Amino acid sequence: MTAKVQETAQKLQSFLDSLSWLDKTEVNIEFDFPEAVVDKSKIHALLQEIKENPSMGFTFLTTLCGIHFPSRTGQEFCVMYQLHNLYTNERIRFYSFTQEGNPTFATITDLWPAANWMEREAFDFYGIHFEGHPNLTRILNVEDMDYHPLRKEYRLEDDTRTDKDDTYFGR
Amino acid sequence: MNTSVTIDPALKPEGYEGQGFFATRLENLVGMARKNSLWPLPFATSCCGIEFMATMGSNYDLARFGMERLSFSPRQADLLIVAGTVAKKLGPVLRQVYEQMAEPRWVIAMGACASSGGVFDTYSVLQGIDKIIPVDVYIPGCPPRPEQLIEGIIKIQELVQTEGIDRRSTPAYQEKIAKYNLQ
Amino acid sequence: MSYLKDKGIEVAYKEISNLNTLNLGPTHPATHGIFQNVLTMNGEIIEDSVQTIGYIHRAFEKIAERRPYAQITVLTDRMNYCSSPINNFGWHMTVEKLIGCEVPKRAQYLRVIIMELARIADHIICDSVIAVDTGALTGFTYLFQWREKIYEIYEEICGARLTTNMGRVGGLERDFTKTAWTKLNAFLKGFPAVLEEFEQLVKRNRIFMDRTVNVGSISAQRALDYGFTGPNLRAAGVDYDVRVALPYSHYEDFSFSIPIGENGDTYDRFMVRLEEMKESLGIIRQAIDGLPEGPFHADVPDFYLPPKEDVYNKMEALIYHFKIVMGETDVPKGTVYHSVEGGNGELGFYLISDGGRSPYRLHFRRPCFIYYQAYPEMIKGSLLSDAILTMSSMNVIAGELDA
Repeated sequence: MTAKVQETAQKLQSFLDSLSWLDKTEVNIEFDFPEAVVDKSKIHALLQEIKENPSMGFTFLTTLCGIHFPSRTGQEFCVMYQLHNLYTNERIRFYSFTQEGNPTFATITDLWPAANWMEREAFDFYGIHFEGHPNLTRILNVEDMDYHPLRKEYRLEDDTRTDKDDTYFGR
Repeated sequence: MNTSVTIDPALKPEGYEGQGFFATRLENLVGMARKNSLWPLPFATSCCGIEFMATMGSNYDLARFGMERLSFSPRQADLLIVAGTVAKKLGPVLRQVYEQMAEPRWVIAMGACASSGGVFDTYSVLQGIDKIIPVDVYIPGCPPRPEQLIEGIIKIQELVQTEGIDRRSTPAYQEKIAKYNLQ
Repeated sequence: MSYLKDKGIEVAYKEISNLNTLNLGPTHPATHGIFQNVLTMNGEIIEDSVQTIGYIHRAFEKIAERRPYAQITVLTDRMNYCSSPINNFGWHMTVEKLIGCEVPKRAQYLRVIIMELARIADHIICDSVIAVDTGALTGFTYLFQWREKIYEIYEEICGARLTTNMGRVGGLERDFTKTAWTKLNAFLKGFPAVLEEFEQLVKRNRIFMDRTVNVGSISAQRALDYGFTGPNLRAAGVDYDVRVALPYSHYEDFSFSIPIGENGDTYDRFMVRLEEMKESLGIIRQAIDGLPEGPFHADVPDFYLPPKEDVYNKMEALIYHFKIVMGETDVPKGTVYHSVEGGNGELGFYLISDGGRSPYRLHFRRPCFIYYQAYPEMIKGSLLSDAILTMSSMNVIAGELDA
């Protein structure tokens, strides 16, 4: 397993190095995943290249999700992309960061229709905007919700409820 | 030809019996009839719905309780079985379903989520359906076993039998629906 | 429309230009779950549909950020509740990967047995519901009896029927009892004949085939674009199965084949699930034959609860018990993704640990959520009754969809 992951990582590293428009990007191995951090202005072009270049062939989008790192100044919001090459069974992961305020990424719904709801979920949970998304509205929560609940600053419980007595639960 | 009808003594309401006649209060008779012909509306949302399906299935056989026919239309249903988590997004839907049901109507909250929100003490989950509609029987469990659901249904049947014909005009019931702003 | 022409049905609605809007759900009994579809209908033919989901959104991912690791087990069970042990073990394998725990072979084999039983239970629900929607209620009542037998086996192993919580980090909560083995053997003996009978009922049934063949089809390319996995992808003809592609829990020890379909239609999805049940039975038999002796859990006192008698009598056991229950165990930092083949496809757990008592971020890759997006495309141009059938054959589980 590990030898194969290293092979994939090397392949990815040499591919990233060969792209002239991409800054120097280092591929790390985290458990059984090669992963790399890519600038958010380049992420769409890179994913397209990786999908369409026959030497890479990562044509399957496994998952996409938003992450919130309030302690990282300037890199508060993150989107994780995970790709799969179904022929060689290799999997890779990319991260892209942006700062607080108006977190915006380019949509990848034009590459994978599967990204549609995943991006809507990331918008719903974190308020991350995806430019060019055909229908970026809340998906799981009610339309008139006024905050993005998975951001770290919000409580898990509903603030407005009055029904449960917290004194017995140590909260 | 033998035309005599034997009534199960357990089902027989209180009354006077003589040769060829049986006298009882109308209330008792209607209660007995209602009790054994409830039409439940399964409002199954999640895990409890699967256990409800199991109860409906051949091993546990809900038909034994006069619930042969599930009513998927709220307008013909007598008993609303809310099985599973009700999120806030679903709350108005549940309330509308309840409002569409005709009197007399009863409600079972099946499982921890429907009764109190269960383990999902979160921003998106309604903390018990009794926030929006009145509930008659709560069934604990996550999810309750089919036996527990059956026990809950027996409890509802007891309620149905003893509550009287005109449940709606009783002050207790009036007070209850006023609390929920229902008509 | 073209689909109807293939069937030789003349479309009589051509001249009608005004479209109707039909609301399907959220509590429609035929949708087998709580989700809404607003359909734009041209007579009986669906022109377009708009989906609304989230009616049982329970915020699993947020709860997971606020609860210790031991308490997340119960969440995973309630995600795809038709095959909860698979979710459960998937989560524990993720944590095992993070902490670097080597699980004994016996525990892995026992897990395989339970996971395949869960897969059978999942596919029984889906297949019998497809049969119900085509009008064959017999299949439902008949097959559900055997699903109850699977529940009885679960009950014997862990005490619960549906949401089992039977996994632990490092193995299982307890070994199988003698009665569990008896019940399992009885199931393996009796179920194939029942399945065969069910298959004979519907497989070449004229009504069933008319209702399902070429209904709700999707091409392999579109299925991959939409992120399909599991039986729905295999029905479209792609042989991707996590059990084979990236084996976990010693799946590489067993020989089994991956059934695939051709057209990706309702009939293929039904048949793929049916064949998978047979393969699962084979895997269970192989696992029983090759079951090694040994412990049923790894020696990870930081994560695995000590036996109750030790908790009352030994100081160390009490300390560990307390630490685990209060969620004070030390977890290494790291990011880990682990996927298992759930009832509906690749079920992934993406976990970021910052060393705290609960995960920093836990994202579930829920197969239902991803492939249900393709539904409008799949039902476009078909009849309303076919839309219901397509939905039940996709096996959309509301708990997994909304998380």
